[in-house]
Amino acid sequence: MEALEGKVIELAYALDTFYFLVMGAFVMWMAAGFTMLESGLVRAKNTAEILTKNISLYSISVIMYMIVGYNLMYPGGGTGVIPELSFFLGADNTAEAVIASGGDVYYSSISDHFFQVVFVATACSIISGAVAERMKLWPFLLFCVVMTSVIYPVQGYWKWGGGFLDEAGFSDFAGSGVVHLCGAVAALAGVLVLGSRKGKYTDGKVNAMPGANLPLATLGTFILWLGWFGFNGGSELIISNVAEANAVSMVFVNTNLAAAGGVMGALLLSKVMFGKSDLTMALNGAIGGLVSITAEPLAPTPGLALIIGAIGGLLVVMSIVMLDKMRIDDPVGAISAHGTCGIWGLLAVTLTGGSLGAQIYGASMIILWTFITSVIVWYIIKMFFGLRVTEEEEQDGVDISECGLEAYPEFSKATGIKPSVYPEQ
Amino acid sequence: MKLVIAIIKPFKLDEVREALSGIGVTGITATEVKGFGRQKGHTELYRGAEYVVDFLPKIKLEIAVNDNLVDQTIETILSSASTSKIGDGKIFVLDIHEAIRVRTGEKGPEAL
Repeated sequence: MEALEGKVIELAYALDTFYFLVMGAFVMWMAAGFTMLESGLVRAKNTAEILTKNISLYSISVIMYMIVGYNLMYPGGGTGVIPELSFFLGADNTAEAVIASGGDVYYSSISDHFFQVVFVATACSIISGAVAERMKLWPFLLFCVVMTSVIYPVQGYWKWGGGFLDEAGFSDFAGSGVVHLCGAVAALAGVLVLGSRKGKYTDGKVNAMPGANLPLATLGTFILWLGWFGFNGGSELIISNVAEANAVSMVFVNTNLAAAGGVMGALLLSKVMFGKSDLTMALNGAIGGLVSITAEPLAPTPGLALIIGAIGGLLVVMSIVMLDKMRIDDPVGAISAHGTCGIWGLLAVTLTGGSLGAQIYGASMIILWTFITSVIVWYIIKMFFGLRVTEEEEQDGVDISECGLEAYPEFSKATGIKPSVYPEQ
Repeated sequence: MKLVIAIIKPFKLDEVREALSGIGVTGITATEVKGFGRQKGHTELYRGAEYVVDFLPKIKLEIAVNDNLVDQTIETILSSASTSKIGDGKIFVLDIHEAIRVRTGEKGPEAL
């Protein structure tokens, strides 16, 4: 009987570990989603650079999180504010230890690392879109090193690592705050230090700089949508019994509905506000809806999840327009989709029983920590290495200056006959 | 020898090409261009920012013909490229100082 019980425990461990790994792989695929979305929304002359940025930031995230980031976020000890420092991954669970725990230890700790590392990569890739088309490549990657080894892990520790935010009752199931808001705030700090693209804002006008490849942008959004099932679904952390399997199922359904609500909310608002159904707004709406449900995808009813997502879609559109009015240049809408909707996602938890005070507290702490540290790091990088390409390099496209190659070499480059602002006559 | 340059609406390209083959024109060069005359552009909207697209896509044809074929060429282009609406395009006729076939080195009217 004991042997059978041991076998069942081992089987549950294997299943939950498998679940972690597969969900982690789904979230890894979101890196492809962000890459396609961003490359579709920048101009052709800046496409190769953003592709390079995305694949490198993913790699840096994986490396730095293994070396130190993961251990800072889930330390052996700490004060609740400052995590204990250690390096490299420890050993995994032995079968004996697992069986002896009676099933309390139910997944491989290495699989937990894998699941977490793809989340920090997500936070970093939010930044790359916001600073696109005018930031130098290597200074950006240097910021990623700091982001993935210190900035993200410390605030992650505060909530998921058992730190003071967790103890204060702050609720963030899969990371509307810890991942998306954090990434968006770091992006905002970067954009403020960097400045807007040349020619984006002239004499009180906001000038359009249309993306080069909308099919890629749409594909990227669908990939993110799919990956999000791993992002939220995997964050349930366990599937090997009836209650948990049902919970995971509900998370999948709510995540799906929130995205759908986000799309329709954004598309409808775009039609009402501009008279046209702007595809790029619909794409941002999907992301906004997904971010909005990420703080609590289990507790809401499907109907409520839909509404939460739809509100996210509305917020995304309004936020994009408002940021442009404030001369904050975000080529892909990352700050709006992940920041504005990240805050909304955290607050929406109160609709299903969360504490408003705790949610505001958590959001504020994440914002303050991330913004202050990011601004400092961006400024230091700017001082020592420079952040921005020269005006001429920006004109010719960062593909040439940073990568030395073009994304679409056989297509004749935009010659300057571009959409232009028509002066009032 | 004359160079007939015709700016036409892109969707008219096949019709014009077939019509020109019909009158014995043996070679055409086509380029994708953007331009405007009296046909104004239209307004587009991208993420809430309005912008006017002044330059509209056109096709530029360059046809080198002998003097005896010029009038027919112009007539043919006019009848096949016209939609009677603003934006149909324009035709210009230039003198060709010299024409040479690359493969054989032939010069003059034999090169056309």
